[in-house]
Amino acid sequence: MATLPFELVSPEKLVFSGTATEVIVPGSEGEFGVLAGHAPFIAMLKPGILAVKGEGSLQRFFVRGGFAEVNPSGLTVLAEEATPVEEIDPARLEQHIRDAEEDVADATSDEARQRAERQLTDLRQVAEALEAGFATPAH
Amino acid sequence: MASLKDLRNRIASVKATQKITKAMQMVAAAKLRRAQMAAEAARPYAQRMDTVLGNLASGLAGEGQPPVLIAGTGKDENHLLLVCTGERGLCGAFNSSIVRLARERAQSLLAEGKDVKIMCVGRKGYEQLRRIYPDRIVEVVDLRGVRSIGFKEAHDIASKILAMLDQGKFDVCTLFYSAFKSVIQQVPTAQQIIPATLPPPSEDEAAPVYEYEPVEEEILKDLLPRNVAVQIFRALLENQASFYGAQMSAMDNATRNAGDMIKKQTLTYNRTRQAMITKELIEIISGAEAL
Repeated sequence: MATLPFELVSPEKLVFSGTATEVIVPGSEGEFGVLAGHAPFIAMLKPGILAVKGEGSLQRFFVRGGFAEVNPSGLTVLAEEATPVEEIDPARLEQHIRDAEEDVADATSDEARQRAERQLTDLRQVAEALEAGFATPAH
Repeated sequence: MASLKDLRNRIASVKATQKITKAMQMVAAAKLRRAQMAAEAARPYAQRMDTVLGNLASGLAGEGQPPVLIAGTGKDENHLLLVCTGERGLCGAFNSSIVRLARERAQSLLAEGKDVKIMCVGRKGYEQLRRIYPDRIVEVVDLRGVRSIGFKEAHDIASKILAMLDQGKFDVCTLFYSAFKSVIQQVPTAQQIIPATLPPPSEDEAAPVYEYEPVEEEILKDLLPRNVAVQIFRALLENQASFYGAQMSAMDNATRNAGDMIKKQTLTYNRTRQAMITKELIEIISGAEAL
């Protein structure tokens, strides 16, 4: 099966660099999968789980804030935060959820409130998915 | 002339100082390696960000109202200088060279009749600037309690700046930091972050035509504030690495100077000791002859 080069970069470091057969990215307009030979594409991320499928392997990362760029040389995901699912600190996720709740409460305009609410639902979904322990694959 | 005991004390104290500077040098060297790795690890992110923003901005050119963070407020009257320095001294000219660059910029701006505000990150820069521009400093960010600089700190600084921009407190923001070239070379740098200076999009025809999801303006609206934070983050990391580089070479110099001083003083000590022995001998011999 064809593979594509994939890089996951956070401001602190290069989190993942290698090849994958398919990467599933939580885009702000919905999840999308990227296979080799995808058309050039830029999408924003929503907080969620990014799944990297390799030859018979599967790695999951929690990503938050940033964007994904597909170009002929592969897929690059720039995320403000990127952590392998195994290393997620539940307390930190809790903190994000609390922050998002505050954002909803503090929002002054409708637009800001909508955006904050969306963040909050996304984060809650991630928390639920983590608790459920990924009984089902990412799609 | 100093007595032998005085000389011995003096040598002992220089030796103690030398031990301290030597230890500081080794600590700085160890921390430098970590800071350098962090600075290098952060580079890919900032680079990709630049390219993507460059592509986006050029695609947007000529379409409606460009965002404030790219086009500026249309004025050039109020300047904000964001001066990033270290939290500690004993690092040679590291802090002063950043401050000097910022001060020169402030002076030339004031001479042109512009208004200047200063925001300090790091205690040392604040202490130096406080003396010259006591009423122009609007904000001081203290990073002393922060063990290792994370994206969060940069993000906090960026949100403060963006809030000030929204209130129309300044038009142009320039970031001052020290770029890490090598252990012995750190270059004080001024970088304009608002309005953003973007690299021109690559000229080669290979540049692909992207599809955007959601539309370009939405992405830009999200990415531009983030870019400010990324630039600040990069500056802070470069600063950190430069600081340890500067400290390491400063402490290396100090250790060497202390070594020289010990050598000189040991020589004086031995000379004095021998002179005293000779004097005593002469006294004994001449005493014996007199009998």
